[in-house]
Amino acid sequence: MTLLKIHELHAGYGPITALFGVSLSVDEGQILALIGANGAGKSTLLRAISGLIKPNEGLIEYEGRSIGGRDPHEIAAQGIAMVPEGRRLFPSLTVEENILMGACSRRKGPWTLAKVYDLFPILKDRRSLLSTMLSGGQQQMAAVGRALMSNPRLLLCDELSLGLAPMIVQDIYKTLQSVSATGVSLIVVEQDINQAINSSDNFLCLREGEMVLKGTKEKADRAKIAHAYFGN
Amino acid sequence: MVEWTDTLIQGILLGGFFALSGLGLSLSFGIMRIVNIAHGDFLVVAAYLGVVIVGLVGINPIIAIAIIAPVMYAAGYGLQRSLLNKAVGGSELTPLLITFGISIILHNVLQEVFSADFKSLDAGSIEIASIAIGNIHIGLFPLSILVVAFVVYSALYRIMHNTRFGRIVRATVDDPEVSSLMGVDTKKIYSLGMALSMAIIGIAGALYGIKSSFSPMTGGDQLLFAFETVIIGGMGSIWGTMLGGMALGISQIIGFKIHAGWGAFAGHLIFFAFLFVKPSGLLAKGDQHA
Repeated sequence: MTLLKIHELHAGYGPITALFGVSLSVDEGQILALIGANGAGKSTLLRAISGLIKPNEGLIEYEGRSIGGRDPHEIAAQGIAMVPEGRRLFPSLTVEENILMGACSRRKGPWTLAKVYDLFPILKDRRSLLSTMLSGGQQQMAAVGRALMSNPRLLLCDELSLGLAPMIVQDIYKTLQSVSATGVSLIVVEQDINQAINSSDNFLCLREGEMVLKGTKEKADRAKIAHAYFGN
Repeated sequence: MVEWTDTLIQGILLGGFFALSGLGLSLSFGIMRIVNIAHGDFLVVAAYLGVVIVGLVGINPIIAIAIIAPVMYAAGYGLQRSLLNKAVGGSELTPLLITFGISIILHNVLQEVFSADFKSLDAGSIEIASIAIGNIHIGLFPLSILVVAFVVYSALYRIMHNTRFGRIVRATVDDPEVSSLMGVDTKKIYSLGMALSMAIIGIAGALYGIKSSFSPMTGGDQLLFAFETVIIGGMGSIWGTMLGGMALGISQIIGFKIHAGWGAFAGHLIFFAFLFVKPSGLLAKGDQHA
């Protein structure tokens, strides 16, 4: 069943348009990887879905209803959670307080503080530290845990691997795949093309705000992707 | 020796009032980044609310605080919801200009309704009662203000650090955008923040009306003292504002002791000294977070 459908989305920042008619759809439990160079519009797309920017044109449909132009907190309450680029934990809150912030939308579901600690035991040991005291990998775990606390149906992950050791990135992606197996859909923005394609069902490549290639993991063609990624 | 102990005690007692009256300003800046130019005038409004309530029901103005604080709470919520929320998130100048406008409106409305005459709230015998420790006399009313200040500060600190609401406020101060991604209606949080700030102004304003005589134009001085308190203490820090109030109170009493006309002046001097030497204040945000 389709959870998210985007049709001919145009969006940007004030007078600057960053997305020119992007369309995609994500099914329940599916992982979609968004790839593309810096400035291709990947983060803009996530920001438009989560309501941080309002679409100029086009349709964003979630659970069969249009959500384009609604406020971020309303969209979050509908079950769309985000792990923002650079993690963006709240620096003056402890690790536990950060994770609890994810529960602000009061959505019912399987995720609780105890479940997040089961998933990332290290966070339980460090729960009363300020979030700034964690290593990069632990911060990323806290950011993922925080997003899961909202019991999302759609999880948006922006540049999870940025600045992290490859081993930790592997672990976090394994975790996300187990989350997706429970029926949660994911959109993953990733610079690392191999990581992105291997850990997803479908991929979509953006360049300069337009969709230039899409495919499935099985049929990914390196040459075509490289061409789509960099252009001519 | 006794003389200086007395000066210090009187300074701390006055500081208790500055700490309480500066807290509302500290809170609205700390949470919403709103520099509330109408802060002093809201203190005066709370004092006039006391006049109205005492006139209508004939109760002691200290008891009237139980009505003034909730009324101010509601007014703060409405003000933020209807007007100030349109200005947050952009330049800090916009809310400053809006509250400046509110200040002018309040001056005129208060003069129209209550005339320009000075008024004072009469709380009865507590105002002149004092306890003597050796040769030092401690006024019961200033002591009560200090106690109220500590109670309000402790309550606010607990709200900020031990409740879900406080956690959401601190997160929203850190990063309003991510807070909204967590499902937080940040504008509602700002409205509740302003409501809290105004409730505290309500308590402080009623006590101000008992402590001093006031007129529609005395809000300016109160704004200045509150500003000095917040800047000396360090913007965005709750307990810093308390320390700032103490520093200002003690400086004013020392100045007053040197020459009867130098009280406020000595406070201004200390304030200037802080601007030069430590403009971030005693406890800047980050040392001891709001």
